[in-house]
Amino acid sequence: MSAHISDIREPLINGHKSYHDITEDLVSPTERAPGFGWTVGFILSLTMLAFGLFCIAWTVWHGIGTWNLNRTIGWGWDITNFVWWIGIGHAGTLISAILLLFRQKWRTGVNRAAEAMTIFAVICAALFPGIHVGRAWVVFYFFPYPNTRGPLWPNFNSPLLWDLFAISTYFTVSLLFWYTGLVPDFATVRDRAKGLRRKIYNFLSFGWTGSAKHWQRWESLSLILAGIATPLVLSVHTIVSFDFATSVIPGWHTTIFPPYFVAGAIFSGFAMVLTLMIVTRKLLGLEDYITIAHVESMNKVIVVTGTIVGVAYLTELFIAWYSGYVYEQFAFFNRAVGPYWWSYFGMMFCNVISPQIFWSRKMRRNIAVTFFVSIVINIGMWFERFVIIATTLARDYVPSSWSYYSPTWVEMGIFIGTMGLFMTLYLLFTRVAPVVAIAEVKSILKTAGDQYTGPNKLHHGHGHDDHHSVPAGHGHDSHRGDHLKVVSSNVAAASMAETHEADSSVATTKNDLTKIEGIGPKVAGLLNDANIYSFNQLADTPVSRLSEILAAAGPRYKMQVPESWPEQAGLARDGKWDELEDLQDRLDGGKYV
Amino acid sequence: MAHTKDIVYGLYNDEEDLLRAVKKANEDHLEIMDVYTPFPVHGLDPLIGLSESRLHIAGFIYGAIGTLTAFGGMSWIFTRDWPQIFGGKPHWPVPAFIPITFELTVLFASIGMVVTFYVINGLGPGVVNPTIDLRITDDKFCIAFDKSEVNAGKAESFLRSSGASEVHSKTI
Repeated sequence: MSAHISDIREPLINGHKSYHDITEDLVSPTERAPGFGWTVGFILSLTMLAFGLFCIAWTVWHGIGTWNLNRTIGWGWDITNFVWWIGIGHAGTLISAILLLFRQKWRTGVNRAAEAMTIFAVICAALFPGIHVGRAWVVFYFFPYPNTRGPLWPNFNSPLLWDLFAISTYFTVSLLFWYTGLVPDFATVRDRAKGLRRKIYNFLSFGWTGSAKHWQRWESLSLILAGIATPLVLSVHTIVSFDFATSVIPGWHTTIFPPYFVAGAIFSGFAMVLTLMIVTRKLLGLEDYITIAHVESMNKVIVVTGTIVGVAYLTELFIAWYSGYVYEQFAFFNRAVGPYWWSYFGMMFCNVISPQIFWSRKMRRNIAVTFFVSIVINIGMWFERFVIIATTLARDYVPSSWSYYSPTWVEMGIFIGTMGLFMTLYLLFTRVAPVVAIAEVKSILKTAGDQYTGPNKLHHGHGHDDHHSVPAGHGHDSHRGDHLKVVSSNVAAASMAETHEADSSVATTKNDLTKIEGIGPKVAGLLNDANIYSFNQLADTPVSRLSEILAAAGPRYKMQVPESWPEQAGLARDGKWDELEDLQDRLDGGKYV
Repeated sequence: MAHTKDIVYGLYNDEEDLLRAVKKANEDHLEIMDVYTPFPVHGLDPLIGLSESRLHIAGFIYGAIGTLTAFGGMSWIFTRDWPQIFGGKPHWPVPAFIPITFELTVLFASIGMVVTFYVINGLGPGVVNPTIDLRITDDKFCIAFDKSEVNAGKAESFLRSSGASEVHSKTI
């Protein structure tokens, strides 16, 4: 491939994978018998789902009176949960569509699971509007179809109807997008399977052959679906926010709602993707495909969207005060210090404060911290919806109808049921389909595999060629990794021998030279080419020699000033890491200030 | 299928070997029947003479049908079939039609394109296409020649000389 690959980019596929290794690693989870963890999780999910179904049946049988809604509080946990689930459903399409348009390669590791999550979350969400209308058996009245009641049509001015169209469209498009991506991977599973399993996957893979023309159309289709799904995903939560913003309820009819809801949706969606991916990569052993680099990228999205949400919260407060409109002022005062202060505090803490930890690179790359914060954010986003919906309605215009809302066991049971439904579907998905998009990961191997890029790149010949093809007829693919490994160890051995001659007193080790401020992976490669592998060697190299090495490598490196490198390397060699850190704080890109 | 083909095909281990071989086949004026790969290989389409996909044109047409259906349908319902007054607003509230018009545009375009994609590719639930080699969906890159279009011996020697790791003949 002739694409330019930056050496600064971290690899997205680790473990020197060949194409066959990728197939093996990603298909085998669907071929093994389910493990203990999966079985326990599945039984738990099914139990929760069964309880949820019971509660839904209870609601339909006895009516909405089994919920704690009343005359002013018309929306409670039902719509809170609806908005929460829809928000979670936003990350999948964001990852698969927007990141495809932006050519972000890290999407390939997580898009499949995130899209699956979207579909399941939308199913959970769509349940609530369906049952909260009370007479769920006539819910089809929502749809505009020629009927015998006039025909009586729905009100096309109503955001609630727009919502119906938005969510139906979103679900359909996400499903089509997801399944079209799955077809080639189902073919991969099919071609490894035998007997009945082969028949099933042949059906699922639609007879996919891998023909060049099919791939061309497949890519064209993916790109256009991504192009139209991008405004779609933004429209869905915008329309959900219209459900509130077009009303005349203080605290709801604010023009900031659409962007604020969209940012919040992406925020909560990414949090849920992280929660699921961290568990999935561990249970299915996919650490080489869903890497720390993926987690870090998602955490960056979390910190950005979390901060946008925070700005939106503060803007709301400011505008409530600045508008001089007493009802609006009261609504926000009531949210913050009224009887539901705990949910407002929870929202602020979980959504605005907790993600700020991800300004630190160390925290962004810490799996345990990420997992914990992702759950905190999921809870926080639930609080946000609860604050907007229930606390606002509990204190309306007429103080005589004020009340305090808390859910009944039926409402809680339905929420638990949707979580059970979500987990049941997700667990089934991990059994049936490859959790990571196989074909897409293969297509980025040469530009994002760790044997081709990043600090672990194996050297063969010159460090900075980007043409890594195996000579024609070299042999099976899986040998390629080995071939490169041999070359690299030869280089290491040769350098060992040479340094041994130069300085027999010190055994040479290969240190990570990028620890030195001013040295990136590319420059480290140059130094390695010049037989400088360790901190010790670098410390003993005169600055003039370093300048020569850089000058010889071409004009791209003339900005590099190596004056502090030997001093830094000396500290690193002696293990004086604290002093090195102090020094680096004073340096500016490796230069003395 | 009643119609069968005798083919000769070579399997390559790497997409770059494949691209080199395809270029060589073009130089040798060997008519390639088809190329099969485990993932989309960029730069392959022009080499084997594939013109750009016109799926996006179909998508635009489906989308336009969706726009017209939604906008026309709502307009007809609110002005002709059953005019109603909602909150003192005009009978033809164009801004209120925008969200649903947009959603149906996207919906029609997506469904139309996906259905078209499967139909023109001859793919769909229950379709069984002949499998040339099981490893094509794994890690092999395949160039296939139709023996009725090219000289089988020439094709075979081409495949061997262009770096194919395996060369086979098959009736599909």
